Amino acid sequence: MISAFLSHSATMFLLATLGATRLWYAVPLITSVSLVCAATRHEAMDAILIHALRFALWIVVFMGIVLCVIQFLSWLQ
Amino acid sequence: MAKTVVDTSADDDSVVEIDLKDPRLAAFLAWLVPGLGHFYQRRTGKGVLFFVCIVGTFYYGMYIGSGRVVYASTADVFSMRFLQDRWQYVCQVGVGLPALPALVQRQLVREHKKPLFGGEFMRPPYDAPPPGTARFESPDETDRTHTVVHPDELAKWNYELGDYFEIGTVFTVIAGLLNILAIYDAYGGPLIIMPPDDKKKQLAPAQ
Repeated sequence: MISAFLSHSATMFLLATLGATRLWYAVPLITSVSLVCAATRHEAMDAILIHALRFALWIVVFMGIVLCVIQFLSWLQ
Repeated sequence: MAKTVVDTSADDDSVVEIDLKDPRLAAFLAWLVPGLGHFYQRRTGKGVLFFVCIVGTFYYGMYIGSGRVVYASTADVFSMRFLQDRWQYVCQVGVGLPALPALVQRQLVREHKKPLFGGEFMRPPYDAPPPGTARFESPDETDRTHTVVHPDELAKWNYELGDYFEIGTVFTVIAGLLNILAIYDAYGGPLIIMPPDDKKKQLAPAQ
């Protein structure tokens, strides 16, 4: 029973670590997507950077909300 | 062709006038090399931004996927099979010149010739082992003394790269799609964001 629990915990820890590692791949993607999208809406560089920052934060918050929903759904199972 | 754009998000409500020159040529150049259309229009800052972001994303995806994630199907270009085999290439080719070697590699494989660069770079995966190779196999990840036999080369690539095959594909696909936005920006200038009502009143000439 204990070994099964430890095995399950180790698996969950491994999956969580792998998930956290993979999440880092989102950073360059969010950066480039927000910069390019902002650059298609403004011409001045300062306006582009401000828009990009706001857009990047919006993406992170949106992804966080989706993560919470998925976690909640998995908790319901 | 000159276009006047009101950048409403800037603090000083600055009016930026952009000379788009020949928009069609600029759009073609923007597709060929991300940012080149903007350099042609002397919009250097945005040209550098587009080039670094889009080409950087594309080649980072190529690096993650070991050069195997950008390839075109060997089926006829205008057939459904072309999309079914690798629809992602339709998005990836939006990045222009950096993705075009895949078409050369595809043609060489179709003609049973040796691909360029001597390996798997942008080459479509083989369905059957090439001459001199008995089967597609790779070492077992859990036990190196064993080998895993794959039905085709795409299965081998997916086994060897794991998640990185998908992550690299996503990066390169997004790079191609982002360049479509950049192409539109070179053709028509930035999308105009309508100013809020209070700013409209400030910008309107006094009557």
